[in-house]
Amino acid sequence: MGSLQLKSIRKAYGGHEVLKGIDLEVKDGEFVIFVGPSGCGKSTLLRTIAGLEDATSGSVRIDGVEVGHVAPAKRGIAMVFQSYALYPHLTVKDNMGLGLKQAGVPKPEIEEKVGKAAGMLSLEPYLARRPAELSGGQRQRVAIGRAIVREPKLFLFDEPLSNLDAALRVNTRLEIARLHRSLKATMIYVTHDQVEAMTLADKIVVLNGGRIEQVGSPMELYNRPANLFVAGFIGSPQMNFIDGDKFGDGEAKTVGIRPEHIGLSRDGGDWKAKVVHVEHLGADTIVYLESDAVGPLTVRLFGEHRYAADDVVHATPVIGGMHRFDADGRVIDSGQ
Amino acid sequence: MSKARTSFARTGAVHFALIAYTLVALFPVFLTIANSFKSRNAIFREPLAIPTTESFSLIGYETVLKQGDFIGYFQNSVVVTVVSIALVLLFGAMAAFALSEYRFRGNTLMGLYLALGIMIPIRLGTVAILQGMVATNLVNTLTALILVYTAQGLPLAVFILSEFMRTVSDDLKNAGRVDGLSEYAIFFRLVLPLVRPAMATVAVFTMIPIWNDLWFPLILAPAETTKTVTLGSQIFIGQFVTNWNAVLSALSLAIFPVLVLYVIFSRQLIRGITAGAVK
Repeated sequence: MGSLQLKSIRKAYGGHEVLKGIDLEVKDGEFVIFVGPSGCGKSTLLRTIAGLEDATSGSVRIDGVEVGHVAPAKRGIAMVFQSYALYPHLTVKDNMGLGLKQAGVPKPEIEEKVGKAAGMLSLEPYLARRPAELSGGQRQRVAIGRAIVREPKLFLFDEPLSNLDAALRVNTRLEIARLHRSLKATMIYVTHDQVEAMTLADKIVVLNGGRIEQVGSPMELYNRPANLFVAGFIGSPQMNFIDGDKFGDGEAKTVGIRPEHIGLSRDGGDWKAKVVHVEHLGADTIVYLESDAVGPLTVRLFGEHRYAADDVVHATPVIGGMHRFDADGRVIDSGQ
Repeated sequence: MSKARTSFARTGAVHFALIAYTLVALFPVFLTIANSFKSRNAIFREPLAIPTTESFSLIGYETVLKQGDFIGYFQNSVVVTVVSIALVLLFGAMAAFALSEYRFRGNTLMGLYLALGIMIPIRLGTVAILQGMVATNLVNTLTALILVYTAQGLPLAVFILSEFMRTVSDDLKNAGRVDGLSEYAIFFRLVLPLVRPAMATVAVFTMIPIWNDLWFPLILAPAETTKTVTLGSQIFIGQFVTNWNAVLSALSLAIFPVLVLYVIFSRQLIRGITAGAVK
């Protein structure tokens, strides 16, 4: 239990269409992440699934049941918000129990469920506190706890880590991954951070301009992007895009090579280039080049390398690391 | 060094301006209270002097308490003011919530229409209001005053509260919806506590003109049983002779209930501000 079907969901505000026909199937127990640049409609889509926004047209089915006219509380969903959205005047315990109380669950049962969720998230010492007395990470754990307590068919996360600092973000990310494994629940998660998407998802849905660009597992999107947008969006640093003419390739308009699929040498190689800037990250070295043949290139080398600005080097693409795209931006083939 | 001196000069100037303003604002109040404790001759001989053992007199208060049903007038004023404030806050907040929370056709136009009353004084409609009250048999009742004052206070309340309600996080309201709270529960239990400072502001702004109003009590409810304090004090002001002792005593007494209400609201205001600061 916990599947979701979206069929040609459209949403327009006045004349402005935010969602332009979304079809999607989420299987029971899957961790699906909506990712895309800001304004791509991913949050609107999540709110439509939650019932906080009505779709202009199209159907939302949860477990095969049409929920288009069902109130959010009756859809069997729970939602975690970016700004935590805890009730400021209630204690942690009451925050977590409010949904059940509204649904008329008897008190001992609420106590038990809240206790269990608090145990999972190590929130027991804070149950009597108010949200104002908690740190950001603790507040977000309470918000997650509030969702767990409801035992929903669908967990909806709306950029839950955006307000946390970097270290806490990694911890909470691990915690969410652990929860997904232990609860085996269906989770839908919205983020603009592709690292979160790659690390957490079973299935990533890349959205752009109100349309789905591609759906697939993280490695599918990385290895076989369906179009230029996905190729550019997934992976950091961004994929290098080179004009197809410069390869003498009649078919491909653009050729993409990931920065980690280019080798660098001082002695010789395909493209002679000058180093513009080097970023030393310890585990990686990112080298920005300006080559005469193919223009600017970003190269990611593993480990430490002693390149410096103004060095003259030679770059060579790794065999099997090229993605070719046609004039419409659609992929012709990957792995050339 | 120079920095410290300029900041001292600046705070000094600010303090000077504020103290000067406070003195100007408090002077009439001081004059009223001081003179209310003086004998009639003393008031006219030295209006600015504070009461001494010679000039001290409670004759004004005695007159006020003997003449007319002053306790009754106070009750009327308090009932009218408190009930009007309550209604203004309730309906104003509800309208503001609807305007800020729901998207519907004509939302902006409705907001403008409701705010129009800020610019158009309600007294322009006095004749029509009186006719209406006569037709509905409400003349000489406190209900008439309460209705008029509620109408008078609503535009500003809707305007201020809808601006404040726009700042309440959407996520919080949505979390309430996901948890199964009704729209009423979201309004009363989530939104209202968060806009409490704005409610206190509105209450203070609404309260003062109602308490001080002479116009509508005189026209709509001049009967002995429905007189308010402001109207009741008028019996001491005659065309030729004015009983200044009594007038000043009545006004001094009239200050206190409104002062108490103000203290209550301003405490709410401070508490609301500090509660909001921690997010």
